[in-house]
Amino acid sequence: MSDLLMNVVDWSRAQFALTACYHWLFVPLTLGLGIIIGVMETIYYRTRDEKWLATTKFWMTLFGVNFAIGVATGIILEFEFGTNWSNYSWFVGDIFGAPLAIEGILAFFMESTFIAVMFFGWKKVSPKFHLAATWLTALGASISALWILVANAWMQYPTGMTFNPETMRNEMTDFWAVALSPMALNKVFHTVTSAWALSGAFVVGVCGWMLLKGRNRDHCMRSLKVGGWVGLIGIVLTSISGDTSAVTVAKHQPMKLAAMEGLYEGEPGQSIVAFGILNPAKEVGNGEDPFLFDISIPHGLAFLATHDFNAFVPGIEDILLGKSKDTTSFMTKPLSFEDRRERGKAAQHALAGFNDAVKAKDSVAMKQFRKEIDENFKYLGYTYLEEPTESVPNVPLTFYSFHFMVTIGGYLVLFFIVVLLLLYKPKWVPGKKKLQKFGYWLAIITIPLAYLCSMSGWIVAEVGRQPWTIQDLMPNKVAISDLSAGYVQVTFWIFAVVFTALLIADVSIICKQISKKSKTNLDVVETKK
Amino acid sequence: MTHEFLQNYWWLIMSVLGALLVFLLFVQGGQSMLINTKAKKRSLLINSLGRKWELTYTTLVTFGGAFFASFPLFYSTSFGGAYWLWILILFSFVIQAIAYEYRTKHGNVYGTRFYDTLLLINGVVGPVLLGVAVAGMFFGAEFTVGKGKILDAAIISQWGPQHGLEAIASWKNLLFGFMVFFLARTLASLYFINNINDKDVQKSQHKLLLFNALVFVVLFLATCAVILTSAGVDIDKGGTAMWKPYKYLDNYMQLWWALGALLFGVVMVLFGIGKTLMKKEWKCGIWWAGIGTVLVVMSLFWVLGYNHTAYYPSLLDVQSSLTLANSSSSEFTLRVMSYVSLLVPFVLAYIAYVWYKMDHTKLTEKEIKQAGEDEIY
Repeated sequence: MSDLLMNVVDWSRAQFALTACYHWLFVPLTLGLGIIIGVMETIYYRTRDEKWLATTKFWMTLFGVNFAIGVATGIILEFEFGTNWSNYSWFVGDIFGAPLAIEGILAFFMESTFIAVMFFGWKKVSPKFHLAATWLTALGASISALWILVANAWMQYPTGMTFNPETMRNEMTDFWAVALSPMALNKVFHTVTSAWALSGAFVVGVCGWMLLKGRNRDHCMRSLKVGGWVGLIGIVLTSISGDTSAVTVAKHQPMKLAAMEGLYEGEPGQSIVAFGILNPAKEVGNGEDPFLFDISIPHGLAFLATHDFNAFVPGIEDILLGKSKDTTSFMTKPLSFEDRRERGKAAQHALAGFNDAVKAKDSVAMKQFRKEIDENFKYLGYTYLEEPTESVPNVPLTFYSFHFMVTIGGYLVLFFIVVLLLLYKPKWVPGKKKLQKFGYWLAIITIPLAYLCSMSGWIVAEVGRQPWTIQDLMPNKVAISDLSAGYVQVTFWIFAVVFTALLIADVSIICKQISKKSKTNLDVVETKK
Repeated sequence: MTHEFLQNYWWLIMSVLGALLVFLLFVQGGQSMLINTKAKKRSLLINSLGRKWELTYTTLVTFGGAFFASFPLFYSTSFGGAYWLWILILFSFVIQAIAYEYRTKHGNVYGTRFYDTLLLINGVVGPVLLGVAVAGMFFGAEFTVGKGKILDAAIISQWGPQHGLEAIASWKNLLFGFMVFFLARTLASLYFINNINDKDVQKSQHKLLLFNALVFVVLFLATCAVILTSAGVDIDKGGTAMWKPYKYLDNYMQLWWALGALLFGVVMVLFGIGKTLMKKEWKCGIWWAGIGTVLVVMSLFWVLGYNHTAYYPSLLDVQSSLTLANSSSSEFTLRVMSYVSLLVPFVLAYIAYVWYKMDHTKLTEKEIKQAGEDEIY
């Protein structure tokens, strides 16, 4: 690939990263706040207590503002697969497109239809219908997340398909293997529940600010009960699914796990780095210590990755060289980078042979080449890589993002437990104003921490799998469209400016709405005559 | 179900989605009328459209997703190739999505006028460029496709350096685009007449309807003339593609049901417009014209893709032209998605039900005045 083409790759990646990051700023709040509003409205429906209606409407306003920008930033992502990744769109469109289409038919229409009822239907439909509309909007958002995450999981762990040399693309052979792969299930569960946690933190943080200002205490208590529980359930489930995710990653993306841990040479009973500062001088094969400083927990990574304290976990150099110190059944026959590339070249060679056999109508040769393709295809992507180090992701970014995510995730578990304890046992901090103030500030600060934690998770997932667009099959430099770097550069900056301007408006509106409404009585519903 | 049957079935689904999208572009048509409208009336129009914009948006997204899933080579070729065309379309929809929600909210930073301008831009750019994109499927585009190139890390779909700008500059495509634009405006007037209970709005919309409908009919006739006299790409039994004069006219002659849908649709659209203009108290024109529009657009899709026709002709290499057969997903994927598509009638049913419930009482200025801040745009 020429330097020019590499530039297009970089800009295309940058554009996708930019638009995906902006989109993800808004999606988790939609997913979690939808649930929180649904619970609040259900309480209102069952009790007919107007206070719960007022609280529901308060959060619904913020939901609406956030939802709109989530929708706006989302459309770009779907179409970007075509505009910037046209090779990819053909190579895996047969599999990847299906979840997107199902997402549209099942989820988007549900959301877009019922959100109108949610906001404008209070006086037009019955309370029961309205409640159903609120839950259907939340459900639609979750179904949408499910299918797009299934698609994403497939890119990390391609399964349920076969390569068709006649059409030069991957074709789906088992829908349920795609939809229910362990990677997909973990990803859906981990991502959706983490969104509940983020939304819980948002609700608690906003309430913290109102309590700091001494406004609408009763409304805050109601909100904290729902937000606190949704947040706690969310973060506990996120932690559980995080554990199973680690096992799946260790099995199917060992290089990503090694990067997450800054692990270059693994050992049986591998320890896990609880805290560490990476050595900037460390490069693959230079013998330097990967860390300037680290605190490790013995056997931690072995257990995290395999649920076996003594298992071998391969490091980056082990994977590249195909080394294993395995004493169990985990990773029994590792292939080195060179071996993989050779197998990939064998697949490439067989593909060329297959094409010639098709032209010559030689069915015997076609069958033979087909067999060779099937045997070696899963390493095809390595033929496009020139150096072994090309298959190594950005270690510092993956490592620090992972450790930040885990640290803040742990903090959130404690945070929600404390919030709920104080909510139900307020006498534990009687009259200690300074402590209360500290708690309110902590709640406010937790909002950006939760967002950073959520974003870090995606950085781990996406940076950690580089250079692959599709794991082991297609590196991102082969997935692009026939565009000049300049074109993509222009659209990158347009997106950057437009999305930033929209983000400023979004944050400004949300802050104003909170500030303005907090000054009104949120125990009653405003009515105009 | 054979692969060929499934390809045809999915083209039918695409035609339904495409047709519904064109009908729902009345939202964009309405947005294009916001200029020179007084604030109170503008608020009425925006609130009327604001309860429907997401349907148009969602239909566009689903149309894209379904195209990706069922005909991925089109997705790969057209989106990556006609880059500027699609990016401009997408931008126009990005700015629409937030404009409704933010325009009257406190702290919206840029002011209501700014967001109304965004709606106006989407109202004009959206329909015109979507029309240009669809026109490219009739009149062709400058690309070549070589699936085997992926082996050498080259890009399978190659385009000229203008990447979609040439499509916007083509007079045939623009004719189609402006035809769609004036159709959207015509449908918008019919929608406002049906949806808003306000004498001033009714009066002004009847006036606008006359003008927009006249322009639309002229542009529609011109577009039909161009399409029917254009050459298309025919695929012979051996799979070889070749240009054939009057291909689309020929398709209409051979596919009697497509011709029937076209004629019936045209009559319904004209009836919806005509009766609304003649009987001021009659407000059902949107349904007649809407269903008629759906029929006409579906018929256009049918002559575009059926009867051994390449639905995306290549002007550079006719053998690179995209057909239902060479651009579709595998039989397995199409079959799986066909099961999912059985839910489409159910989806349409709940949309219709919710639409009925929400529009049962027509929008008035009084409702806007009485609504809470969060219940209006």
